[in-house]
Amino acid sequence: MINIFEVAETNQMIEKENLDVRTITLGISLLDCADSDLGRLKEKIYAKIYEAAKDLVKTGEEISREFGIPIVNKRISVTPIALVGGAACKTPEDFAGIAETLDQAAHEVGVNFIGGYSALVSKGMTEADRIFIESIPLALSATERVCSSVNLGSTKTGINMDAVKLMGEIVKRTAEYTKEDDSLGCAKLVVFCNAPDDNPFMAGAFHGVTESDRIINVGVSGPGAVKTALGKVRGENFEVLCETIKKTAFKVTRVGQLVAQEASRRLGVPFGIVDLSLAPTPAIGDSVADILCEIGLEYAGAPGTTAALALLNDQVKKGGVMASSYVGGLSGAFIPVSEDQGMIDAVSAGALTLEKLEAMTCVCSVGLDMIAIPGNTKATTISGIIADEMAIGMVNQKTTAVRIIPVIGKDVGESVEFGGLLGHAPIMPVNGFSCDAFVNRGGRIPAPIHSFKN
Amino acid sequence: MKKTIITVVGKDTVGIIAKVCTYLADNKINILDISQTIVQGYFNMMMIVDMSRTEKHFGDIVDELGMLGEEIGVIIKCQKEEIFDKMHRI
Repeated sequence: MINIFEVAETNQMIEKENLDVRTITLGISLLDCADSDLGRLKEKIYAKIYEAAKDLVKTGEEISREFGIPIVNKRISVTPIALVGGAACKTPEDFAGIAETLDQAAHEVGVNFIGGYSALVSKGMTEADRIFIESIPLALSATERVCSSVNLGSTKTGINMDAVKLMGEIVKRTAEYTKEDDSLGCAKLVVFCNAPDDNPFMAGAFHGVTESDRIINVGVSGPGAVKTALGKVRGENFEVLCETIKKTAFKVTRVGQLVAQEASRRLGVPFGIVDLSLAPTPAIGDSVADILCEIGLEYAGAPGTTAALALLNDQVKKGGVMASSYVGGLSGAFIPVSEDQGMIDAVSAGALTLEKLEAMTCVCSVGLDMIAIPGNTKATTISGIIADEMAIGMVNQKTTAVRIIPVIGKDVGESVEFGGLLGHAPIMPVNGFSCDAFVNRGGRIPAPIHSFKN
Repeated sequence: MKKTIITVVGKDTVGIIAKVCTYLADNKINILDISQTIVQGYFNMMMIVDMSRTEKHFGDIVDELGMLGEEIGVIIKCQKEEIFDKMHRI
């Protein structure tokens, strides 16, 4: 039988170490809503989301109350809208209209974000995909809760450089469209290489076409719990360090698995996956960078950071995999800058640069995330940064992403405040040398060879 | 059987167990096990109870125990057993 010390440990993790379930994300397929009439399409989308998700928030709150575990976000992901709206939308404004429908549905059912305003163009773009991508700045400036993502490459197909070039311009335009809010629109826009179909985390969540009609995916979190556990083994060797991370990750993930199963049972929706990611928040004590410091670095970004992060990411997976029957999504340590107080401190101290962050993304999920850069950064430079990150994902057969925010009107030395879970960030310098001729070539980078590895 | 864990944490004072047990008895909640320690002057109690005979909603009991805790000056939490079981047992 459970004893008092085990109960106290669990409650300490919840109350003092910010252990929580970061999100229950309900994936909803909108493929059966497709229609050539835009008005009818919007009606069907709204009706399906409302019907599927009307009890999501209430159920999440009930589970949270009964088990005494905070469930921070209740969210929805839908089928990529470029696919669903392809037949009905002839202009970017048509697509943006669907974004408004998604936003209304999200408000009505009470979720804080809805993901899936997305396109999958890893090899090529249809005309609908292109019109859809053109609509992103408008859609993100006209809505509050809609998140957008575009898959630009994969290990199997290579990198669609036409789309990479276009997305550099779209990121810039989204920043312009939302410049009154410190270019907040870009915080809701992410580009991927090897995007997973079952990611519960925003801004990259969408409901993949290989998924069931509806599915429950859960993302756990617990950087604070890992840091506290590591505080107790200071000075011990790597074996002890790794064992401690694994055990903590196991406990954290078990909570996610329990919540996922309960949500699945109560909503009558199949359980998809638990995402094992360590997801930080700007709250003190909820930081992945602080774990790196606890492992032995003065700041995240110091020499040794990539190795420490590789170790952390691997142990979290090893502990988590045994705790859940199905693991998926992104599953790794997140290293967003603005959403992690330890990362913000590291940037402010001059310990962490964009180049070091890029190196760190080689060994963890998910990529260059929530990084504020000067508003006058050229679109081609943003495309170059995206291309580099996509190449890391393509060659290493992993998911990588870029969520970068050129803050219009601001420059290095200033900072930006997004508020809430999105946090705040100092503007980071970008390498100013040109990659125009590279980005403007057009076409596609071929898929890499995967024999002869060394 | 619907096993639930009730924890009481706070400054030690006269009658904590009595008041919690009275509430449980009034609501037909059966106590299966009690353990208690004092850690750094703080009262720590854990009860394993069976809630299968109570007529109230689980959420209401969580709220009422929380309010009772405020009256006594301690924190009372009421959580389904599975969260501890899942976390600490393979």
